[in-house]
Amino acid sequence: MSEMNTATHVPVLEVSDLDIEIRGVNGAFAVVSDMNFSVRAGETLCIVGESGCGKSMTALSLLRLLPEAATIAGGKVVIEGQDFLAMDQRQVEDFRGEKIAMIFQEPLTALNPVLRIGEQIAESVRQHRKCSRREADARAVDVLRLVQMPDPERRASQFPHELSGGMRQRAMIALALACDPKIIIADEPTTALDVTIQAQILGLISDLQKRLGTAQILITHDLGVVSEVADRVIVMYAGRKVEEASIYDLFDRPFHPYTIGLMGAVPGAGASSEAGDRLADIPGTVPPLWNLPKGCAFAPRCANASARCLEERPPFEEKRPGHWAACWEHDDAA
Amino acid sequence: MQPDRTPLLTVENLEVHFPIRSGVFQRQVGAVKAVDGVSFSLQRGETLSLVGESGCGKSTTGLALMGLVKPTGGRVQFDGQEIRGFNRAALKSYRRRMQIVFQDPFSSLNPRQRVKDIIRAPLDIHKVGTPAERETRVAELMERVGLRPDQADNFAHQFSGGQRQRIGIARALALNPDVIVCDEPVSALDVSVQAQILNLLSDLQRDLGVSYLSISHDLGVVEFISHRVAVMYLGKIVEIAPKTRIFAEPGHPYTELLMRSAPSRDPRKRHSFSATNDDIPSATKKPSGCPFHTRCPLVTAVCKTTEPALTAREGGQMVACHNR
Ligand SMILES: Nc1ncnc2c1ncn2[C@@H]1O[C@H](COP(=O)(O)OP(=O)(O)OP(=O)(O)O)[C@@H](O)[C@H]1O
Ligand SMILES: Nc1ncnc2c1ncn2[C@@H]1O[C@H](COP(=O)(O)OP(=O)(O)OP(=O)(O)O)[C@@H](O)[C@H]1O
Ligand code: SF4
Ligand code: SF4
Ligand SMILES: [Mg+2]
Ligand SMILES: [Mg+2]
Repeated sequence: MSEMNTATHVPVLEVSDLDIEIRGVNGAFAVVSDMNFSVRAGETLCIVGESGCGKSMTALSLLRLLPEAATIAGGKVVIEGQDFLAMDQRQVEDFRGEKIAMIFQEPLTALNPVLRIGEQIAESVRQHRKCSRREADARAVDVLRLVQMPDPERRASQFPHELSGGMRQRAMIALALACDPKIIIADEPTTALDVTIQAQILGLISDLQKRLGTAQILITHDLGVVSEVADRVIVMYAGRKVEEASIYDLFDRPFHPYTIGLMGAVPGAGASSEAGDRLADIPGTVPPLWNLPKGCAFAPRCANASARCLEERPPFEEKRPGHWAACWEHDDAA
Repeated sequence: MQPDRTPLLTVENLEVHFPIRSGVFQRQVGAVKAVDGVSFSLQRGETLSLVGESGCGKSTTGLALMGLVKPTGGRVQFDGQEIRGFNRAALKSYRRRMQIVFQDPFSSLNPRQRVKDIIRAPLDIHKVGTPAERETRVAELMERVGLRPDQADNFAHQFSGGQRQRIGIARALALNPDVIVCDEPVSALDVSVQAQILNLLSDLQRDLGVSYLSISHDLGVVEFISHRVAVMYLGKIVEIAPKTRIFAEPGHPYTELLMRSAPSRDPRKRHSFSATNDDIPSATKKPSGCPFHTRCPLVTAVCKTTEPALTAREGGQMVACHNR
């Protein structure tokens, strides 16, 4: 990798000490605790973890789009130096689209079913920029071309249901990109797609990122996708970060027993398997967030758990240069 | 285990066409050729995987073999006997010997039913054993799939996704089937739990000699679980070959595309994915000639007019392509 210039060292998004709470039938409980991270222009940060660990809640909080049951209980989200959580509704709406935009797993949740694709994109453009209707329409066709939508003029006049799954995903990406946001949050953008279409969409996103220098936070549970696109990775477990490292450090030498377990559990990752082989599975399941064990949340499934692990939660600390983990174990190689 | 060579199940030219109806009289105006002449065999103790993009007819093939959708053509032989010639008793026995496990453990089980009743249902339907024997069998099955028998009175909604998939597998095993159709049995599960279920399926095959017709779109899962792999495209098998062969030397250009599209799992060997749009034609509007010709990098004139037949290559590989 070449030396990065100093400008790219300034994060465009900084999240510090973020806590998110859900009010459920059994009272309030934390879904996300002590989240800290930042992303720079042109960088791709991946957040991985099992279902229910709080990935989507984290993503939604960055746009202040949390569902009603959830609230931000503490912490800061700073976008280009401005405190996003302190803004009023008007400023928030100006920021969305212009500074930060989101791509969802299911494009139909983001696209309005009764509006033509082109109209939706043009509407978003006009919301953020002083421009004529015609200029906005032209911009819509431009971004559809940017996402390599075939026949963009015609697609602009179609409704979401008239497009295939892959094309809808392109339309949603076009909508997210329409106002040149600085940060894109993509929550499982390819999970519902065939591998062939997934490959195209991943290719498209990284292409665009190279050209536009957008910062990206990509949420996925697929380590294959992570290995294809990430610069840096955060592994979450039960609402907390358990590991953070550069993509190479993480894949070369994962530290946390959960990350090590996940990597071993992916079929087809190693040498070609013989029928009858067994995968290294992680026993048990993720504990419910409203009833977490006292010490390390991973302890009930961890082969290395000691008495201390059951009593005290391990701090998130730098285990190797630039490689952080929350685990009582020490680095044997250090 | 080395699979026995006489096929347990032989499928020839299986066809499932769904009518497309339109107008006041609901006249048939066309057909979705969901399965369009599929042939394969399955050995005892063998796992054959069906792979391919969404809508290519994988599930419909499985459902047709289970008798859950009606084939519009083709022949199926089970244990050397033609299914069409089955009398009612033979058909009933066939249904006992073929079971299915579905993708979504959340919708395929009734959440308000007790686990023991879910697992017992096939025994009740086929009147196997006394009530006491059925009870014992349920406990045995629960243990076999890694559930605690003391949870037998719990309801399905009290279990996690992976546990529900275990319940579905226990139910499928109740009648000692010869074949289990596994339709995306792990794709709704987290990796760590997915590995548990894949290990369970592999243990069951080793211990009970059951055959799997496994449907999956995850090539990692396919590579782990299969002996042989059949690649489907728009209702047809375009390649079928032993697992090791197909992963080492994919024969069909479409198989190559699938393998190229799967993430590398090694950040130092990233693919350079192309952003170009390459949309999948639908089963209602199939291209002429070779169904893959609209996306194929090797396409020539003959591909647009003449459909290639599946022909044998080296190493037990069969490929349907003019130029390969
Ligand atoms: N609208 C809601 N109301 C109450 N609880 C919710 C709501 N949405 C999510 N939760 C809970 O919040 C927790 C975190 O959910 P989140 O959606 O962030 O998980 P995730 O990591 O994105 O999982 P997945 O991989 O399944 O998308 C889960 O335990 C979930 O049950
Ligand atoms: N009952 C039905 N009536 C009409 N068309 C159907 C019916 N069931 C399936 N189809 C169509 O048949 C084709 C094959 O569907 P099938 O469900 O077998 O695909 P699949 O390969 O299992 O896909 P997926 O990976 O999405 O599960 C699709 O075009 C589908 O829309
Ligand atoms: S802190 Fe203890 S229980 Fe938790 S991951 Fe580390 S070793 Fe395992
Ligand atoms: S027959 Fe022609 S179009 Fe079809 S896969 Fe072979 S080369 Fe490609
Ligand atoms: Mg989510
Ligand atoms: Mg299916």
